[in-house]
Amino acid sequence: MRGGLGHKRGRQLREGAIAGLFFIAATVGAFTTAGIILSLAGETFAFFRVVSFIEFITETQWTPLFSIKKFGIWALVSATVLTSVIALLVAVPVGLMAAIYLSEFANPKARAVLKPALEVLAGVPTVVYGFFALTVMTPFLQRFIDMTLFNSLSPGIVMGVMIVPLVASLSEDAMSSVPQALREGAYGLGATRMEVATRVVVPAALSGIVASIILALSRAVGETMIVAIAAGQNPTFTFDPTVPVMTMTTYIVQVSLGDTPYGSLEYRTLFAVGTTLFVLTFIMNIFSFWFVRRFREVYD
Amino acid sequence: MAVTTVEGFPTRAQFRPRLGFRKVTGAVFTGLGLVAICIGLGLLVWLLIDTFVTGLPWLDWQFLTSFDSRFPDRAGAKAAIYGTAYMMFFTLILALPIGVMSAIYLEEYAQEGKLKSFIQINISNLAAVPSIIYGLLGLQVFVRWMSLERSVLAGSLTMALLILPIIVVATQEALRAVPPSIRDASYAVGATRWETIRHHLLPYAFPGILTGNILAASRAIGESAPLITIGALTYVPFTPNSPLDRFTVLPIQIFNWVSRPQAEFQGVAAAGIIVLLVVLLLMNSVAIFLRQKLQRRF
Repeated sequence: MRGGLGHKRGRQLREGAIAGLFFIAATVGAFTTAGIILSLAGETFAFFRVVSFIEFITETQWTPLFSIKKFGIWALVSATVLTSVIALLVAVPVGLMAAIYLSEFANPKARAVLKPALEVLAGVPTVVYGFFALTVMTPFLQRFIDMTLFNSLSPGIVMGVMIVPLVASLSEDAMSSVPQALREGAYGLGATRMEVATRVVVPAALSGIVASIILALSRAVGETMIVAIAAGQNPTFTFDPTVPVMTMTTYIVQVSLGDTPYGSLEYRTLFAVGTTLFVLTFIMNIFSFWFVRRFREVYD
Repeated sequence: MAVTTVEGFPTRAQFRPRLGFRKVTGAVFTGLGLVAICIGLGLLVWLLIDTFVTGLPWLDWQFLTSFDSRFPDRAGAKAAIYGTAYMMFFTLILALPIGVMSAIYLEEYAQEGKLKSFIQINISNLAAVPSIIYGLLGLQVFVRWMSLERSVLAGSLTMALLILPIIVVATQEALRAVPPSIRDASYAVGATRWETIRHHLLPYAFPGILTGNILAASRAIGESAPLITIGALTYVPFTPNSPLDRFTVLPIQIFNWVSRPQAEFQGVAAAGIIVLLVVLLLMNSVAIFLRQKLQRRF
């Protein structure tokens, strides 16, 4: 016999080496997480040796680049919350209705076209949405609402449309996996199509729907380019959607565009803000995974 | 027959089907569903039309072959196009093998247990970390600790880590779609695990893996936040010659043009967006074409 069995030892060695190599590749993800945590934590601790944590979470002014420095994260968090809430106000009703339509009303042919078409929205680079928010959506909204060139309403709305496919796609998956027998049971009792959708399918798929909304929120909180381009660069503690604000992500972009000396307090604010952002999104992601596992209805 | 009444529910005599009302509500509801989809698609169409109308007058040969400039009619995307190509080349060289290997490990080697579920949960978590956080990781680890400065290589490493989870998940799905009978048949004739993977699983899973990688690459091409954080320059009047050169990419160049005060640069930015969207469209069409062409069903 050629090769094969005659080289048993060689084959075993090769198998072992390949398995080892694949395992090493699989640990890269773990090292990435460790790298993220270490690089954020190191500079964040250094930051809190200079700035008190109490000031960080109680102050409402954020002026690290001025001569009188104030480090109140709320000025940035409020902007992030404001733009994200506006985005959700768009994405949740639109995404949910789209999911219900695709899962319960559209015929298979229409769904095969509409679902991928909707997902194109998620593939458009965010810098393009930023450009659209600033040059098209804001002037359009200014016809109806009195507001400044930079504001949180316009990027919020555009960001909301961007995350529609996230809500729609995950919710639709959850609804599609609701067993047909539940729908037929409801039809048997005389329910209309809409009643089946809203009173049987949506409640049965609720865990998946909630998870999709939380993931969408987490995406909105971490979104950078749309708000950096169209929401302004004024760190103010406000919930007025018509004035310029500065989100956490915009701050990171603004400081990165300048030449920040390594080890300066300014450099460390990047990581303090980054840690806040990371912790917020991490909690949301974990909560979303947990929620699906805890409240998933299992059908056989 | 005994009629049981439940408090709060109408008895048979009181029950009114109100079919007309319910049907009208249902029709309105269906209409709302269509409206929702039209809002999403309508904004996409609006965005595309507006970008093309604004950008096409600025899109010419000069735009594609010139470096950036202070004057709108001399500004071009040459450095950004070269930078994007350079960065993507190194990103894929790094991310592709590592991503595919770690997916193979998870699907074909790892035993069910704590280690596997830890790696798996970690991957899903990484996929949901905001991209700008990867930028901070790149800034600290690659730019500072490894002293790569603001080079193509630092950008590629950062981007590779960002798209790794996408590649792993897509490859895992492709491997999972290969039926177990193929593996069993291969083992039955005495093939080792690696021989089974090399000669049977990878050929079958190839279209799926390729599609996943193209989608991951298109994500990286459009991404700008992490590269801004590691300090990819916006004014680069040269094309990179080595992985340690400074660079810029299309999305960052677009961001820079959008931020300029002169109105003409909105047109230049739109021209850059058209180039970016055409590249993405081409990649995605190739992905869809390959999937249709190569996919085997079982």
